[in-house]
Amino acid sequence: MSEITLPARLDDLEMVKSIRTPARLEYDYMPGAAPSRFLQGVAQKRLLGQRCPVCRKVYVPARGCCPTDGVPTEEEVELPHVGTVTSFCVVNVQFYGQVMELPYVSALILLDGSDIPLMHLIQEVDAREVHMGQRVEAVWVPDDEIGPTLESIKYFRPTGEPDAAWDTYKDNV
Amino acid sequence: MRDVAIISLGQTDHARERNDVNDVEMLMPVLADAMKAANITKDRVDFVCSGSSDYLAGQGFSFVTTLDAFGPWPPISESHVDMDGAWALYEAWVKMQSGHADISLIYAYGRSSPGDIRRVMSRQLDPYYTAPLWADPVSLAALQARAGLEAGSFTEEQMAEVVAASRRNAKANPHAQLSGDAEAKALLDEDYFVSPLHKHDCPPITDGAACVIIAAGDVARELSDRPAWIRGFDHRIEPNALGVRDLTTSVSTRQAADKAQVAAGGVDVAEIHAPFSHQELILRDALGLGDDVSINPSGGALAANPIMAAGLIRLGEAAARIGRGEADRALGHATSGVCLQQNLVCVLEGE
Repeated sequence: MSEITLPARLDDLEMVKSIRTPARLEYDYMPGAAPSRFLQGVAQKRLLGQRCPVCRKVYVPARGCCPTDGVPTEEEVELPHVGTVTSFCVVNVQFYGQVMELPYVSALILLDGSDIPLMHLIQEVDAREVHMGQRVEAVWVPDDEIGPTLESIKYFRPTGEPDAAWDTYKDNV
Repeated sequence: MRDVAIISLGQTDHARERNDVNDVEMLMPVLADAMKAANITKDRVDFVCSGSSDYLAGQGFSFVTTLDAFGPWPPISESHVDMDGAWALYEAWVKMQSGHADISLIYAYGRSSPGDIRRVMSRQLDPYYTAPLWADPVSLAALQARAGLEAGSFTEEQMAEVVAASRRNAKANPHAQLSGDAEAKALLDEDYFVSPLHKHDCPPITDGAACVIIAAGDVARELSDRPAWIRGFDHRIEPNALGVRDLTTSVSTRQAADKAQVAAGGVDVAEIHAPFSHQELILRDALGLGDDVSINPSGGALAANPIMAAGLIRLGEAAARIGRGEADRALGHATSGVCLQQNLVCVLEGE
């Protein structure tokens, strides 16, 4: 690259080094049929999954499609509010917008009868005692606060049952 | 060159707003329709290529989740373009030339309803000079129409005739969003929307999707009674800056048409991707189409404009005319960018 020589009449001008051009776009996000069905279920304190007609796996929350087979998952399956911790992380670092008291635990929880874990909080237990295979149950917010959001479940807590066998959740870690 | 043909098309019933489904739910039946029409199941597909835009979805990497509509397991060979699906079809055609695929599935989708589409589309402009002005595609198309009218390239009457023909043709298209009997004279009496454009000179706001399947050589012959063979395929782009090109003509379309050999043999039917009425007039001229050519029998983008899929649908509709024996040589065209910045021409033939 050769040096760029500006015309003499531009000699005294200050070079523009950067500009700011703020942009903001707003969208109305549509969850679609299956996620809407799931959220409506949560508003009734029910956890609804959907089963793939080909591989028979149960997805929760369902997106309306089996990601393996590319077919609609129309068969609805009501799931219990208990499951197994398949993986977890202990959050020890403060961040902007944080609402939880440190340390707290986020976990992937495989509801009994489902084939994909959902993410939620684990509470009512020391963070150091949370472990893979631990059996947990949902704790809901008071009935008058329940709505079509996963925040209707406050958190999951240990049930005190013996740990689940590795084989029951090994495909979901 | 390896012989490759379009063998099927699936598309949604295009609508102003599909808030009953998410993108995956919108795509699944379209892919299923296209595969059914091609007499294949997904295990026969060697390559998947899609076209969409995160700006429309309002989500980063939105195209990754929509792959679920195909079911990418066992792992598949796939690609994506942030362009109209017509360019995804071009990529798949190149892949087929390499010999690494015999059947490719191309899909594209876009919903314009979640955001303010005129603001969203302004983001395709250069970020320093034009995008900060929020210049929207309707206003920029109006600039182009004004330039064409002042130059004497076309008249407002001709623009109204394009709209009337689109509405009339779309009556036979079950997927169309807008159709009906409209008199050009009555259309001219309507108020201007963004002068010199009336609302009917502009495309409808559409949510929709499409899927096209292409196959090579004897595989295409096995799967289709009358494959639409791709005999010419080219795309060209012009500068993004509006001030450096003549908006009243389309150089890139003319060059692509030359390379695709549109003139050698002529065409019976042309599906032209012209979102605005005057753009069809500019494109007809650039493509060198005579009065004997059937233009946009589907109604074109004025009848339904699922952004990112509307160009792919033009290629699929042109191929469908050949498949049904209604045409022997057809042209499919797709455009992208502001004021016909980028253009693709595909010439299809029956045997």
